[in-house]
Amino acid sequence: MTRFLIGRVLLLVVGLLVASVIIFATLRVLPGDVAQIVAGTQASPAQVAELRQQLGLDRPVVVQYLDWIGGLFRGDLGRSLVTDGRVAPEIAQKLSVTLPLAAMSLVAALVIGVPLGVLAAVLRRRPGGAVIAFVAQAVAAIPIVWAGMLLVALFAVTLHWLPTQGFPLDGWDEPGRAFAALVLPALTIGAVEGAVILRFTRSATLGVLDADHVRTAAAIGLTRTQALVKHGLPSVALTVLAVLGVQIAGLLVGAVVVEQLFSLPGVGRMLVTDVGRRDITKVQSELLVLTGLVLLVGFAVDVVHRTLDPRQREVSE
Amino acid sequence: MIRRLLARPTGVFAVVVLGLLVVLAVVSLVWTPQDPFRADPFHQWEPPSPAHWFGTDASGRDIASYLLAGTRTTVLVAVGSGVIASVVGMVLTAIGSLTARWVREGTAVLLDILVAFPTLLTAMLLTAIAGGSLGVVIVSVGLSFGVTIARVARGEIRRIARSDYVTAARASGVGGAGVLFRHLVPNAAPLFTVQLSLAMATAVLAEAGLSYLGYGAGSNTASWGSMLADLQTYIGVHPWSATWPGAAIALVVAALSLLGDAVRDATDPRLTTNDRAAGGAPAPRTPDDPATTNTGVTA
Amino acid sequence: MSDATTPGTAASGLEVRGLTVRIDRRTILDDVTFTVPPGRRVGVIGASGSGKSMTSLALMGLEPTGATVTGSVRLDGTELVGLPDRERARHRGAGIGMVFQEPGTALDPLRRVGAQIAEPLRLHRGLDRRAAAAAALDLAVSVGLPDPESMLRQYPHQLSGGQRQRICIAMAMAGQPSYLVADEPTTALDVTTEARILELFEGLTAGMVFVTHDLAVLARIADTAVVLDAGRVVEHGSVAGLLAAPQHPATAALVDAARATARRAPRTGGSA
Repeated sequence: MTRFLIGRVLLLVVGLLVASVIIFATLRVLPGDVAQIVAGTQASPAQVAELRQQLGLDRPVVVQYLDWIGGLFRGDLGRSLVTDGRVAPEIAQKLSVTLPLAAMSLVAALVIGVPLGVLAAVLRRRPGGAVIAFVAQAVAAIPIVWAGMLLVALFAVTLHWLPTQGFPLDGWDEPGRAFAALVLPALTIGAVEGAVILRFTRSATLGVLDADHVRTAAAIGLTRTQALVKHGLPSVALTVLAVLGVQIAGLLVGAVVVEQLFSLPGVGRMLVTDVGRRDITKVQSELLVLTGLVLLVGFAVDVVHRTLDPRQREVSE
Repeated sequence: MIRRLLARPTGVFAVVVLGLLVVLAVVSLVWTPQDPFRADPFHQWEPPSPAHWFGTDASGRDIASYLLAGTRTTVLVAVGSGVIASVVGMVLTAIGSLTARWVREGTAVLLDILVAFPTLLTAMLLTAIAGGSLGVVIVSVGLSFGVTIARVARGEIRRIARSDYVTAARASGVGGAGVLFRHLVPNAAPLFTVQLSLAMATAVLAEAGLSYLGYGAGSNTASWGSMLADLQTYIGVHPWSATWPGAAIALVVAALSLLGDAVRDATDPRLTTNDRAAGGAPAPRTPDDPATTNTGVTA
Repeated sequence: MSDATTPGTAASGLEVRGLTVRIDRRTILDDVTFTVPPGRRVGVIGASGSGKSMTSLALMGLEPTGATVTGSVRLDGTELVGLPDRERARHRGAGIGMVFQEPGTALDPLRRVGAQIAEPLRLHRGLDRRAAAAAALDLAVSVGLPDPESMLRQYPHQLSGGQRQRICIAMAMAGQPSYLVADEPTTALDVTTEARILELFEGLTAGMVFVTHDLAVLARIADTAVVLDAGRVVEHGSVAGLLAAPQHPATAALVDAARATARRAPRTGGSA
């Protein structure tokens, strides 16, 4: 187990490194001179050169990269090319919206997907099961943008239960309003991702319904339902856990679109804006943070999965 | 296999919808009811009528024509991503199996890392340097799924290499690589097709998301994603107006996913009992590799 | 087959009468009838597809969902067919137990085997955790598991095929059922292990329905047998009689096949 942990941590670290290199390298390939873009078309070559030196863009690429990475450890992610504001605190602040959103979305997705998935499998020979599967298939195909718009149309515009968009200026100082602002966005992501989780859970449960060990459990005296719940569902849970890591990546990324749709001041929306403004310093750190979160979650899920599955605890590949 | 595909209702649905999409895309190249981009400020938000089959939108554009023109973008994005994913996948697979050991091992690790990168973030990265465009969408999805395909292929190769019939063939003197290849193709083809349909489904969704963010199709390209983006502004007054493009996207994505499901079901030899035919996807073939069966929904 | 019952007498024994199983429109079992007197062992033989496994599942009430079961299965006088699963489950493990063909998949991969044996003990004998653990240990010893204390702490994937099957037998007998259904319990094991597991079966006092396709195993275990072909009982009688003078073509085919195999393959050893 320790060997696995060490290996997995290494993979995480290497992954982060590779990500940082790819992000940095790609952004530096930017056609067009960054300094020029920031200075604007009216600036003279001398002004551009001075700006370039100011921003440290005249140093060798490798040095710039190491500077960035080094800054990461110090908590200093540089300054925005556009506003000159410090990047790290801004990302931290926006995370206070994005992270709760992601968490709420995950809860929504699991609550929607898992029970319905099990139900759809158990009801597989009845119309109810087919209906659930069909609806899940349809919902999983909906673009998140439209899902959000539908929910807004229903709950905000028609029913006036929830705000159409926005996040309170005081942020979490008013937890009630902040939470309410995140409900529809979380539900949007949760519904679509939940549909995907539903299909997985259904598939896993179908596999387990006829499993030999569930049959043995019934043979020793449990009812077939008890056998399924006690001995089948844990296997299903493990399978769902296995795919959860990838799904969570989808969640974090769905947040980008949803933040835009609901005007939430999160990292995703900031990323979209900064990409438009070609604010490379911010973009590179934002991308790294988001990628890092995805890799971290994947790591956590892998470890939990490994811990829970006795078959995988001893290595032997 | 086509016959088996069509034997199931989901297969029929998928083939019909996708066939219709392609037909409409071709038709739209030569004809649309009206000019999709002609804005008519005197005829905004009109309900369906003989002149405008689905009515008009905020700018007075004919919705039917715009949707029709949008089929081209959808097909382009789906097919383009599929092609790139295939090429990238094959190249990476080749590197991952036909080279020196350290390259193979390195590629394996690299693939494991790259597969965790969400497609949308790749798209944003490319957008940052190349600006927003359909090309970015296509390349991003193509790269992501190329990596996934390579990983799946690698898993399949290892599985087959360890299987009994390859071992037996080797034992009786038949060349190792030849046998592997001969057995790989029929086994890998269905997996490959499944991944491909997933890639295309993701591409269509990604286009919707990215166009919505302003980084997909340009304003002179008709795309269902940008239509969604346009209509979002009016959600206060016309909350349900986005139904057309939204439903169109969902329909195509569903058809692509179902196609993948249908191909997998049609080619899995284990699915012969009545029980399975009654209706559902079996447990994933490689249960330790979630990447093979999930849609990787990003946006 | 000895049918010692007269109609109307409340009797001991596992009596199967006219057992019929249909799935969708196919008939898998057709009017199967035989009786297992208490403590005696009856073999069920046939080629693959003859319905042997379905017989064993139907006896337990574990037929696949969507299957219709008609006919009668009486366990010491109590009719089992038609009972709701809730009540049927009460007889499983306590009145009639089952051992399956594939020990590898029959056990829950996520639980230690000791806990899996303890489960029926707690269910049917109402033991608390400590008493159940002790009883599980006794059972492990009785089924011949080496080093039972540490073995019970293992997970199924850490054990060999023979060890797993012993665990399965322990689980099946834990509720002290009067009858045991064994569906090809040694088919998946190597020959040496098979011999040892068969010894184990021979030592059990429960009445048995022993499903197999291997006539050598049958001869060792059972006194009488029924022969299934396409879901029907086509012949029955003492095992010796069936082997020496098969009447029905299906039986003859099985006997011929057994002779051919015995001639071809000298038995070699394996590991337990």
